[in-house]
Amino acid sequence: MTTATPVQRIVERCERLFEDLDFTAVKEWKAAVPGRKAIGYMPVYVPREIVHAAGFLPVGILGGGDNLEVIQGDAYYQSYICRIPRSTLELGLTGRLDCLDGMMFPSICDVIRNLSGMWQIMFPDKYVKYFDVPQNYVDNVGGNFYVHEMQALREDLGKMRGKPITDEELNASIRVYNDNRAAVSELYAYRAQKPWQAPTSEVYLLLRAGMVLPPEEHTKLIREYLAATDKEPRARRDNARVVMTGSFCEQPPLALIKSVEMSGCYVVDDDFMLVTRWLLKEVPADGNPLEELSKAFLHHSAATAAKYDATRAEKGVFLVKQVHTRGAEGVVFAAPSFCDPALLERPMLQDVLAKHKIPYTAFKYAENTGQMAPIREQAGTFADSIKLWSDVASAARPPEGAPTVARSAEVSQ
Amino acid sequence: MNAVVPMPESRKAKPVAIKDDAMNLQKELINRNYRELAEARQAGRKVSATFVPGNLNELLMCFDFARSLPETNALQNGMRKKSGKFIMDAERDGHSEDVCTYVKADLGMMMGGEIGPTGDPMPRPDVLLLSYTGCFTFMKWFELIRHKYDIPTLMLHVPYQSQGKIDPNMRQYVVKQLKETIIPGLEKISGVKFDIDRLRQYMKESAKAEEDLVSVLQSAKKRPSPIDGYFGAVYYIGPIFTAFRGTPEATHYYSTLRAEIEQRIREGKGPVTPEGDMGEEKYRLIVEGPPNWTSFRDFWKMFYDEGAVVVSSTYSKVGGLYDFGFRHDPDNPLESLADYCLGCYTNLNLPSRIDMICKYIEEYEADGLLINSVKSCNSFSAGQLLILREVEKRTGKPAAFIETDLVDPRYFSAANVKNRLESYFQMVKQKRTTGIGANVKPVFPIAQV
Ligand code: SF4
Ligand code: SF4
Repeated sequence: MTTATPVQRIVERCERLFEDLDFTAVKEWKAAVPGRKAIGYMPVYVPREIVHAAGFLPVGILGGGDNLEVIQGDAYYQSYICRIPRSTLELGLTGRLDCLDGMMFPSICDVIRNLSGMWQIMFPDKYVKYFDVPQNYVDNVGGNFYVHEMQALREDLGKMRGKPITDEELNASIRVYNDNRAAVSELYAYRAQKPWQAPTSEVYLLLRAGMVLPPEEHTKLIREYLAATDKEPRARRDNARVVMTGSFCEQPPLALIKSVEMSGCYVVDDDFMLVTRWLLKEVPADGNPLEELSKAFLHHSAATAAKYDATRAEKGVFLVKQVHTRGAEGVVFAAPSFCDPALLERPMLQDVLAKHKIPYTAFKYAENTGQMAPIREQAGTFADSIKLWSDVASAARPPEGAPTVARSAEVSQ
Repeated sequence: MNAVVPMPESRKAKPVAIKDDAMNLQKELINRNYRELAEARQAGRKVSATFVPGNLNELLMCFDFARSLPETNALQNGMRKKSGKFIMDAERDGHSEDVCTYVKADLGMMMGGEIGPTGDPMPRPDVLLLSYTGCFTFMKWFELIRHKYDIPTLMLHVPYQSQGKIDPNMRQYVVKQLKETIIPGLEKISGVKFDIDRLRQYMKESAKAEEDLVSVLQSAKKRPSPIDGYFGAVYYIGPIFTAFRGTPEATHYYSTLRAEIEQRIREGKGPVTPEGDMGEEKYRLIVEGPPNWTSFRDFWKMFYDEGAVVVSSTYSKVGGLYDFGFRHDPDNPLESLADYCLGCYTNLNLPSRIDMICKYIEEYEADGLLINSVKSCNSFSAGQLLILREVEKRTGKPAAFIETDLVDPRYFSAANVKNRLESYFQMVKQKRTTGIGANVKPVFPIAQV
């Protein structure tokens, strides 16, 4: 009999949560106190604070992954549409999301937008909210609109629980999420410092746990992991340090993350489950809560393809900053096949990276990609090239024929 | 996405004089816009680029901009068989094979020396007015152009009608952006001061043309339909959806067109096709989704050869939904512009789109629904299979699905499309004779068929 270490125990727990497509944790949370409600949301960003303030559990729904056989969902989507909407529908149609009392669709792309309408038709008994966010970052313009959007959500949820949500409740939830973001940020900082101690496959699972656990519990779990993993002796490898980007919506299979790591890359930053660190600064928890959330969104939030960059100069700044502050040596663009936002954004980001002489490589995946060999090979070649051309400047513009920076190569899965 | 396409010449039947008027007028308008763009620099005019759905043509005219519409350029290049090369050039330049081909056709055209579809040079715009209506790709498209050419961009964010209605917060947000971002931005770039009375004047003109357009589109309720509400309608919507709405020329075009169509009704004629007047009207269809441009003529022929006329389409509403009552309102200019942007077809949620199609089937007494799902456009395509099921369920009329692309010739398989269409027409015929489906009286008792 083997005894698991504390780290193993935490990671195993996260793994169980991750693999549980029946959302047992959510069901248990609801069953613990009668009348509890849970609201699902799709990836990128929704203000979970408002859901939490209603006393509801916000549940991140990130598609079906590679363990779900998609049968019914495929009948709703043509072959040239990404996988996450079809596997999410599959989850809904097979009753796996019955534990949710509502579903929120953040404003990311046309697929999610239309999925919100599909949900209205297919699940008429559930609360459905398409959550629009402003692409105008002026307080009294986009900010006003956004405060109204949040207010509408607040009222809807207040009605659902039979009692309006107060400012105090909202501020208390803002504090809870500030703390959660602080913990995630500690985790990310730790990984960037000692990536061998906090492999990305584990960090990913920890974040996934945050999709189904109450934030207070998740925060605790992260801190326990950090304390535990730091005590664990782990081998340090001579890996290339990379930022993974483009995976903000449909998630890569866990095997893909592991493959990238095994091929010789330490992922030191990424854009998985951005909702956990969308707001970059602590949100003041003693003011007008919706206004503070709005300001945080407008002026201090992460950049993704789902957001408009008001000037050309802003394009890629966030990514370059990720590279520099995390001490990365290159960028791996990993985007879901048929993902318009990620794939349209990519050439601009690549151009910015090239100007900063930061090497990159690019490939596509689907949540059910099974064949990892081509990705492992490409990531491996990329890692080797970084190590070989350790002078970053020369790696960005390798000599003719050098198998280094894949300027626009796509390994289609 | 949308259309300004020169009406093809009639090859067989000689068109009557009045029809010639509308056709020639339309062609002249389209060519004139390309000429204006080509000559803008010499004429000292500033150039704007903006998208078709929710375009603010009246507003842009207030600042004397020459007006380019990149989707229109892409589709024109598609019709002229130039888009295939442009798309491949853009892909070689690092653009993914998976993304909207309008974007790649446009970027490829720029790489190829910025020569427009008519062979005239296309000036680099002075401003990209990013009216972010109905499609997320728009945002990336103009960011891509801005990134390449460093052209100033003005963003007008139009919220999505996710609840099937425009709530006051949405309208206020758009109006505020117009007041605080768009109008000051356009003033600065053009050097022209904003004059709201000028805007009102253009909007008055728009409303007149809109009235006539609706009358033309709704003429398809007649039997036989005097127009094709899809293949023909893309010509009719050209001027109003693009650089001409608000001009007296557009008003003139639509009143001429209306008179021509009324004449056809009096004569009991069906639609005009590229090969002359259409023969007997055998099937009346509603079409959802944009057309394919690279094989437009072949595609259309597959319909009229079989006697199928499209009596209404959702695509012909992509640049504005006038048939449910919206008109540009000179008395409330900015609010009206906001409602116009908010009300574009692809800015409607799926339930509203389904309602609209069901309504068309009923009002135009259509035999069924055909969906042309284009690979490029998630805004249209993601969700269409549910539209198909729901419409079948609610109307009892048969629906069919074909797949093509807008301007990528690699995604038009003529044989496949033809096969699908033929079996669809069979299905419609069968359903008619057997009478299966709600609201349809059996013509023959089923046992005898
Ligand atoms: S993976 Fe991309 S295209 Fe698909 S739903 Fe997500 S953001 Fe949209
Ligand atoms: S995605 Fe559709 S609406 Fe958007 S630019 Fe492409 S074709 Fe037009």
